[in-house]
Amino acid sequence: MKSFSGKALHWEWREGVIELTLDREPANEIGLAMLEELEHFVAAFESLAPETSACILHSERKHGFSAGADLRELYHTAAQLQEKERLAGVRSFLERIHAVFNAIDAAPFTTIAAIHGVCFGGGFELALTCDIIVADKMGRFAFPELRLGLIPGFGGIPRLKRDLGNAFIRDLLLTGRSINATRAQSVGLVAQLAAEGEALRIARATAAQASKFDGATRAVAKKFIKPVPHEEFRREIDLFCGLFARPTVMAALKKFVESTDAMPYLP
Amino acid sequence: MRTLEQTTQEVLDLASKHFNVPPGSLAPEDDFFKKLGIDSLQTLEMLSRLENHFGIELPDYEVQGVSDFRTLASRIQSRL
Repeated sequence: MKSFSGKALHWEWREGVIELTLDREPANEIGLAMLEELEHFVAAFESLAPETSACILHSERKHGFSAGADLRELYHTAAQLQEKERLAGVRSFLERIHAVFNAIDAAPFTTIAAIHGVCFGGGFELALTCDIIVADKMGRFAFPELRLGLIPGFGGIPRLKRDLGNAFIRDLLLTGRSINATRAQSVGLVAQLAAEGEALRIARATAAQASKFDGATRAVAKKFIKPVPHEEFRREIDLFCGLFARPTVMAALKKFVESTDAMPYLP
Repeated sequence: MRTLEQTTQEVLDLASKHFNVPPGSLAPEDDFFKKLGIDSLQTLEMLSRLENHFGIELPDYEVQGVSDFRTLASRIQSRL
């Protein structure tokens, strides 16, 4: 299959480059629909990989790349379940999302995230699976999970630790604040800064450049420089589930879902 | 170094330009959520535009609870 069009995303393979477009109202929240289609997407890697040199992840939504996990869906689903089922459901979702993110992370082609607008929480974690992040000047990054009494659960902290200094991660994580693309570039998170609306064009130029290299060499280089921290992911899932078991999380989710605050991602 | 008045005027001009409000129709004491009709995602857009324009970082928690242009400008002023 060289193209797919679903409810939350669509993708197309053309001349060795896959373009994955996130396209779910309002801001590409990652819930079950997005997860199922991302699973469909990575399932195609095996057949596409031999003739693929690069893959671009970007968003069709005006407000940004992704606002993160679908907290409304999470709250409404979890509220209907008993505690034991709730925790089993969360763990199952995390296992599935990690499998998808690890597949993107370890893909044998060059992966590029083209960011505009919000790139928060789980959306930020998706971007971090990519080899190269291109962001336009309106891009914003944040890990707001602590406001819910949680830590990022889609592999965000281990992946950020792989790339950046601990002090910067603590600032992001422990304040929940968002940073702009210029700041993100200054710390090494964003590889290339684009003018407003130009991230996808620059990502395409970068993909074209990546396509010039031998595929086998690229795969070896990537595996060498970008190890997937599986052990830390296991710990992260356990920590996340341990935190999720506390009643404060459901209370915080309820507050978020019912909030009309202009900055609901802050406590 | 800009004065607070200059900073406030630049904030008003920027808001007017990017949120399709007629120039001169915004005042320092206006509630920008009401005047601009912006939601949470557009608030982040405004934050990015302010940071890019003034070349500063303005942590979200410093503007949380702020709703008028004058106070917003004073938060910016303290980081110039």
